[in-house]
Amino acid sequence: MTKTKKIREPLIHLVKRDDLPGWKAWGIRALSIVGAFVFICLLSFIVLKRSPFQIVKFMFEGAFGSKLSTLVLFRDLSILLIISLAVTPAFKMKFWNIGAEGQVLISAWGAVLCMYYLGGKIPNGALIFIMLLSSMTFGILWAVIPAIFKAKWGTNETLFTLMMNYIAIQIVLGSTKIWAGVTSTGVLHPLQYGHLPQVAGGDYALSMIVAAVITLLLFFYMRFSKHGYELSVVGESRNTARYIGISVPKVIVRTLVLSGAICAVAGFLLAGGIMHTVGSGTVGGQGFTAVLVSWLAQFNPIAMIVVSFVVIFISKGTTRVMENCGIANSFFSQVLTGTLFFIIIACEFFIRYRVLPRKRHKAVAPREDLDDDSVEVVEDFAEPDIVIEEPLSEADDDKQETRDEDVEHSQEETVC
Amino acid sequence: MKKKVLALVLAIVVVAALCIGLVACNDGAIKFNETFMPEWDEEYATLEVPADFKFGLICLHGESSNYDKNFIESARKAFRELGLPESNLIIKTDIKENEECTTAARELVQQGCDIIFADSFGHEPYMSKVAAEAGNENIKFCHATGTTAHNPDAPANLYNAFASIYEGRYLAGIVAGMKLNQMIAAGKFKAEDAKIGYVGAFPYAEVKSGYTSFFLGARSVCPTVTMEVQFTSSWFDKLSEKSTAQALITRGCKLISQHADSDGAPNACEEAGVPNVSYNGSMIQSCSKTFLVSSRIDWAPYFKYVIAQTVNNKEIEKDWVGTIETGSVALTNLNADTVAPGTLQAVLKARAELVKGTRYVFDCSTFTVTGKNFDEAKMKVDAQGHLTSYKADVNTDAAFTPDTEAIEKVGDKYIFMESDAEGRRSAPYFDITIDGITLLN
Repeated sequence: MTKTKKIREPLIHLVKRDDLPGWKAWGIRALSIVGAFVFICLLSFIVLKRSPFQIVKFMFEGAFGSKLSTLVLFRDLSILLIISLAVTPAFKMKFWNIGAEGQVLISAWGAVLCMYYLGGKIPNGALIFIMLLSSMTFGILWAVIPAIFKAKWGTNETLFTLMMNYIAIQIVLGSTKIWAGVTSTGVLHPLQYGHLPQVAGGDYALSMIVAAVITLLLFFYMRFSKHGYELSVVGESRNTARYIGISVPKVIVRTLVLSGAICAVAGFLLAGGIMHTVGSGTVGGQGFTAVLVSWLAQFNPIAMIVVSFVVIFISKGTTRVMENCGIANSFFSQVLTGTLFFIIIACEFFIRYRVLPRKRHKAVAPREDLDDDSVEVVEDFAEPDIVIEEPLSEADDDKQETRDEDVEHSQEETVC
Repeated sequence: MKKKVLALVLAIVVVAALCIGLVACNDGAIKFNETFMPEWDEEYATLEVPADFKFGLICLHGESSNYDKNFIESARKAFRELGLPESNLIIKTDIKENEECTTAARELVQQGCDIIFADSFGHEPYMSKVAAEAGNENIKFCHATGTTAHNPDAPANLYNAFASIYEGRYLAGIVAGMKLNQMIAAGKFKAEDAKIGYVGAFPYAEVKSGYTSFFLGARSVCPTVTMEVQFTSSWFDKLSEKSTAQALITRGCKLISQHADSDGAPNACEEAGVPNVSYNGSMIQSCSKTFLVSSRIDWAPYFKYVIAQTVNNKEIEKDWVGTIETGSVALTNLNADTVAPGTLQAVLKARAELVKGTRYVFDCSTFTVTGKNFDEAKMKVDAQGHLTSYKADVNTDAAFTPDTEAIEKVGDKYIFMESDAEGRRSAPYFDITIDGITLLN
């Protein structure tokens, strides 16, 4: 009895796939998005007692219901896209920067700092230029401090960048309390000076143009430039990078300067072009959403446009569904958003692994000696398969060999 | 077979007992009947509202916040009482006090709203901006707790509203004072140890006016009471409100009240067994052992008023103040299990006096302002430290310049005229720290 149990083959086993063509993978992703939509419509139907078609109608109404909602949708998409682009080069390098929230917030604060103290005292053009410089300084500073620590002393960049977020939030809370007056509620009202020029008659188009330009630039930077190649080598294997003469610390710092600078652009646009003030909710968690966008898009800047569109569409859409159904809280819309991303992320699993059911040995292998063997082999094979890949910590790593090398050297490897 | 029958019978008995138990169990509340009804309710009965009349409500949070829930329920109540379809009430929740509010208000304009109402203090500049944009479209922009609508340069279609909630807080304070008296009489602590803890959101006028009136109410029945106030610097932070309440309890506070929007403080009280006076909603369901009473602003009278004025094409008051008489200042039902005997009678008596004008909450003879609380630039006091003059910051400006005399002589008494729409404004401007109240941060 126990013997048969021991050699029992698992019901399913997982095999990593390396051979899935790109178009197929993107096809699965597209299908999963559609499937997720269908699922959340059904979920809404069960909970809200509205027909799925009505739910879809409400969603489109929330996103594209009027010229205003469409403009707001694309403006918000642009900001999210810029932040997602900002974190991407670092991720490609396997530098887990989760501090985009703080980097954007502190750059917005840097711009407001100038608006508050210099507003009305110098010409608007000069003010905007100084705001941009200030945003850049703070944005880059917030990204590069963890990078230097990582490059010099090998500190954990995830924790470091996370903590930098809280420092930024406290700086913003403290200073707005002073600027707004101690006896107020600490909310700084919009400032009159340092507004970015309106493009096409509103506060909307500027962010879209900037986002489009940055997307293209970053796409070419990552794909065709020497820098882009270097950072992906550092991401794949630091030893390889060292071997071919790339200075790893230099690449880390350089890439994070870029990340910080792009975050600063987002912060600058938020402060000067959209909010005209700053508060702890100015970035609204988009720095963290950007991590999701960057990952789901597989670090591909062009794909990020689609993913950030899905994110913003869902958020605007579900909000309108709740509004039209007379539900005065955001719990269910959050459940819907969460469900949707759960399904989309779950599909990544099926892109990376093949799920094989247990073989029917009796039918396939009549020869007893071979049969036993194959059971053994499969079991050996199945074990590491379940354990090997940790999709969350290993990026788009397809080269088994390189990674094995990495594992071998990982103990002696310290970044210097 | 016998066993099965027995089991079945037992199961039925258990279910029946449960049912009876549930029916018999009420919420243990003393009904607090509203005896003052607004006269204009009859007028509303004949009001004919067009079928496409829409009302947009912008909320800082959602129903999970007592503060916003109070607005949402009041709006629904107003719609029900006027017989309007609820689909014409558009509620936008979680609208932050930034550009989001501009977008929300603009969207509501596009969705065809006739009235747009925002519930948070920080929404005002954005409401004002969209009101100016929509100047010609005959859309009314109403804003709770706001301070700028009466300014000459404010858009003509921007309106502020608040209620004399300091009266409601004062009545809730009486409930608290009676409870402290009961605990002193029972020997739980000495009279001089009677200390109230107060969890406040921000040190600005609305909160200060609220806790001072609550304290004065408590002191009107329990003369030895003192109070400690700690601010959380947030309207809604459940963890911080809870830990602040716990800290106050540890400091020896015998009763807790709050002006912050989550149920953090009431929950801390329920865990520690300390009596609690809530704000904007009854906690009798979740905190039945410690909840006493809650004061709240019922916004339904204001909502009905603005809808009626808009439909009848009449002007809305720039600064509207709801009172006990309009039904705006309300108390929830008292918790019969926790309040001291005779509380209801004491509260009803005080309420009648407030309405008649024989009692004032901010009667300057009932409190003193001395020591570091005294500010020469703003106030004058008599020999004992009672206020005789106070310049309040009524016309909002960035520097908080004191500009309007707030104290009037009524008979032989000096009265601080809080939330006085005649020549002042609806939002509170009582921002004095009086003797007996200690600010911890």
